[in-house]
Formats: sequence, structure tokens, C-alpha cells
Amino acid sequence: MTQHASTGETPAVAPAPRSSSPRPARGTARRSAAGIWFVLPFTVLFAAFLVWPLIAGLWASFTDRSLAKEESSFVGLANWIEMFGDPAVWQSLWVTLLFTVFTTPPLVAIALAMALLTHRATARIGWFLRFSYFAPFLMPVAVVALIWEWMYQPGFGMINGLLETVAIPGVSWLTDESTVLLAIAATTVWWTVGFNYLLYLAALQGIPRYVYEAAALDGAGAWRRFTSITLPLLRRTTALIVLLQMVASLKLFDQAYLMTNGSGGPNYAARPIISYVFETGFTGLRIGYASAISYLFFAVIILVSVLQLRLFSRKEDAA
Amino acid sequence: MTTATLTAAERPGTPAGPASPQPRRRFKVTPGGTAIAVLALFLAVVWLMPLVWAVLTSLKPEPETTAVPVRWLPLEPTFEAYRTVIAQGELMRWLMNSVIVSVLVTALTLVTCVMAAYAFSKTEFWGRTWLFALFVAGILVPPQALIVPLFDEMTFLGLVDTYWGVALPQVVAPVMIFILKRFFDAIPRDYEEAARIDGAGHLRVLWNVVLPMSVPILAAVGIFTFVQAWNNFLWPFVATTDPALMTVPVGLGTVQSAYGILYAQQMAASVLGALPLIVVFMLFQRQVVRGVTDAGLK
Repeated sequence: MTQHASTGETPAVAPAPRSSSPRPARGTARRSAAGIWFVLPFTVLFAAFLVWPLIAGLWASFTDRSLAKEESSFVGLANWIEMFGDPAVWQSLWVTLLFTVFTTPPLVAIALAMALLTHRATARIGWFLRFSYFAPFLMPVAVVALIWEWMYQPGFGMINGLLETVAIPGVSWLTDESTVLLAIAATTVWWTVGFNYLLYLAALQGIPRYVYEAAALDGAGAWRRFTSITLPLLRRTTALIVLLQMVASLKLFDQAYLMTNGSGGPNYAARPIISYVFETGFTGLRIGYASAISYLFFAVIILVSVLQLRLFSRKEDAA
Repeated sequence: MTTATLTAAERPGTPAGPASPQPRRRFKVTPGGTAIAVLALFLAVVWLMPLVWAVLTSLKPEPETTAVPVRWLPLEPTFEAYRTVIAQGELMRWLMNSVIVSVLVTALTLVTCVMAAYAFSKTEFWGRTWLFALFVAGILVPPQALIVPLFDEMTFLGLVDTYWGVALPQVVAPVMIFILKRFFDAIPRDYEEAARIDGAGHLRVLWNVVLPMSVPILAAVGIFTFVQAWNNFLWPFVATTDPALMTVPVGLGTVQSAYGILYAQQMAASVLGALPLIVVFMLFQRQVVRGVTDAGLK
């Protein structure tokens, strides 16, 4: 799991108090060299392990650079042209988008339901609920993959065992082209919903109680209070969670790779775009071509982020 | 859902309204409250089921794991699988590697990001604005898009199959500077000015004034970074080929064939691999929840 907060948006809940003057006042903080020394260590790492690979990757995408040989030569747009005509690129991109569509709605809806239940339930079971809903998120992906492969196991796994008790024939979840991506999506929902759940829970706890009490005095019922107070007040949090979740889902690799043992599943039905980058770069050894596909992936992430930020800020204006 | 359930639980962090009296703790059993508790507990049980299944499987003797029809409870519970996995030693090695890498990443992230955030928040220097803008733009770059050129670079630097090679790229998390700077910005200027009049340099102001006031956000950033580093898979997977240097996720993910189709051993290894963070979470639930929400939300 790698959920990166990739937005500068101010969320509904901001525990840290905000200052009125973000910039230091002139005169009080002297213009000095001290600041440069303070930013230097991070700047060096940022330059070495983010900016440099970003530039090197772009350069490599115009060459036939390979891990198999020393020298490489400039090939212009050849990699990029090959990429746009490569069916595996589009197929893996399609798998990635499909996975995002499968996982985002349940990961938002179930997280909200869990947070509402925890918020409403008595405090006595709160600890147990937070533990149950969030604990899977803390597990290493390899552990998650091992447990779920074992549960999906066609012969003696738990899921088919449960299905057979209600007389439904077993399914070979991870080796059937039509179920493999769904099975991985279900595992992902179980594994990562806890993160969104905690964000929703924090937002719910930030809604002042008197708002509800005022509404109750005005005669608003529970459902009315939910639709007229809770949901609107959670809108910014929801926008943030949807954005973070879509970006996280588009980055699918770990669980898909592990649960198909690196094969991408039958007919590559569970091979996301990052897996294709990985295969091209480290199995096919074609650094140049893999870099070009990396940039396509990067562009998709940026595009989705920008579209969503636009969409949400427009809604905000309309509201 | 009744009115009573709304005020049923006292919740820390919820400011009481100016007009509302201090809410009383009410444990009155209402139909709505019971329905919510039942539904919440049902969902909790569903969510815990895979973990329970893993633990129960790990306690079975190997032949029992593949018995048909599927049985939940082991007939003859045994710790044999745990003994075997621990005796093999690989997993213990991976746990140690995970501790080393995660501590390294967390410590370096805290030091470099705190210093940078301080500089952006409390000092003036040439290029401050555009450098900060560059770092914020860096938040948008997905680390997954960099693995191929990064591996190329690490090969050139000779850092493949080293702890540094695994750890250093994970330290570059510009979002943490953003979070810390926002917090530092909120610390009133009077405190540092008083210290500076007394002749304190920036390092002293940071250490004696700013840091003591920032413990909650430091804990949040530290916990969030540690969890991410502990569970990171893709980059450590790319950067290590030597099983002796692998972290838990990579070792369990790639050398799982070492356990073959011995499900009890696989599950025992899984339980041991998941245990450290789960125990930390049980002991420090409040801090972990704060860490994830503070660092995740911003």
C-alpha cells in the first residue's frame, strides 16, 4: 500500500491551528544563509532520487537503453511510437482502470458505513471496532496475499468451503480469467478500507455536536440529519478520499503481482500497467521502452488528479 | 436510529457547543442503538475472519490443513509450524532487516523534513518560494513511475542490495515537509523571537523552542512514515536480490515457495510477519490513529 496524500487541498478537519501570517515578517527573520543549510539535506536527496530519475527516465525513453548491454543510442520517438501501437500497453491500462472502477466505490462507501457505525455505537465497543476495521491495513502486502491465496484456494480454501455449505459449487478464483481481477479487488477492499475509514472517522468527530442538537430541536429526524448535515459536512473529506483512493488504485501492483505469482493472471487479466513496466524493464531488460511506458502512467495519474480537483472545486463553487 | 444514539457516547475531540450542557454518559439500551451495535459487530467479525482463519490454520498439523471438507478448528492444535518457521531463521532475518530499513527511513525523514520545514517556515533565503513550489509539485510524482531509472541509478552508484539503496529513495516524501511546515507556521513568532533576543541560533530555536511544541505532529509523521516503510513492497523488491537483505514483505512475497504448499507454515510465517505492527497498534491505538489521520489528511 502506498497512499500518498497528493493534494494541497485543505481538508474538512485540520487539527493543527493555522497561522494568519504564513510568511515570516520582514526584519524579524533576517535574510540569511542559515535557511539554505537547513533545506540542503532534503534537497540533495530530492535531487538525487526524484528529480534525477525523472530526467534520466525521460532521456532513456528516447534511447534504446537496455540492461543487457553497456552502450545505448538515441532512437528519437521510436519507443513512444511503439508504445502507442502496443496492445499490451492498452490492455494493462484497461486492467488498471477496471480495477480502479471496481475498488473505488466500495472503498469509499464501506469506509463511510464503518465510520458512521463506529461513531454511533457506544464508546465501549469503539476500541474493538477500530481494531477490527483498521488492523488489515497494517499488514504487509505479502502477508495479505498469502492469506487470501489460501482462502481463495479452490480445494480446501475458506471461501469455497463457505460457498459449499450453501450448495454453491466452488470457483477457482485466481486462475479463472473472469474472476481473478475481482478477487484481487475484493482482497484490496478488505486490506485498505481501514485508511479511508480513519479519515472519515476523524472528519465525523470534527462535526460539532450542537449542530445536530439544533437540528433535533427543529424537529429533524435521524435520516434528515444524516442527509442534511452529515453528508454535506463530509463533502470535502469525501472529495479528498475519492481522489486519494483513485490515485492509489491506479498504482496497483503489489497484490496483483503476488497473487498471480508474477504471471499477470490467465491471459494477463490481472496485469496492471506498472506490472507491464516492471516486466519490460526487469524481465525484458528494455530500460528505454519501460521508461516511456512509465511516463504514460505518470501522465494518467496527473490527468486524473487534475480532472478531479477541477470537478470538485466546481462543485464547491456551485454549492 | 433514535435521538438517544446521537448523544450516547462522549467523544474526545468534539467541542461541546456553547449552548449545550455537558452531555451525560448514557448507556440506555435503545432499539436503534442495539441495531447499530449488532451491525457494527457483524461487520467487525467479517473483517476479522481472514485473520482468524490464518491463525487457526497456523495451529493445525500440516496434513489437517488440506482436509476436505474444510474445518475451522484444528483437531490437534500444535505450534509445530511456528517452531519450524523460526528454526529456519530466514523470517527472523527479514524482520531484522525490516526494523533496520524502517528505522533508517523514519529517522532520515524526520531529520531532513523537519530541517527543511523549519527553513521554509521560519527563515528567509534566496529561492525559498520556488524551491517550496518544486517540493510541492514533487508530491504529484508517483514513486512507481521512477523504479526503472532509479534501479539504473542505483546500479551505477553500487547501492543495489544494500540497506542504503533500499532506504534512501523512500526518504524523499515531500508531503511531510508540507505537513510539518503548516504546523510550524502556526507556532507564534513571539517564542522564537524571545529565544533569538537571548542570542540563540536557528539550530537552538529549532531544538529548544519549535520541536518541544511539535511533539504530536512529529509522532504523527514518524508513525506514518514507519508504517509505510515497513509495508513498502515494490522498491525494496526491485532493489534487493539477495534473500539475506530482504525485508518482510519482499522475503515472504518472493521466497514463499520456500514454504511450498505447506499451508500451516505459510500461515505461521504470515502471522509472525504481521504481528509487530499489530501489537504496536494494540498498544498505541490512539497515537497510530492520529498519525494516520494527521499525515493522511493533509
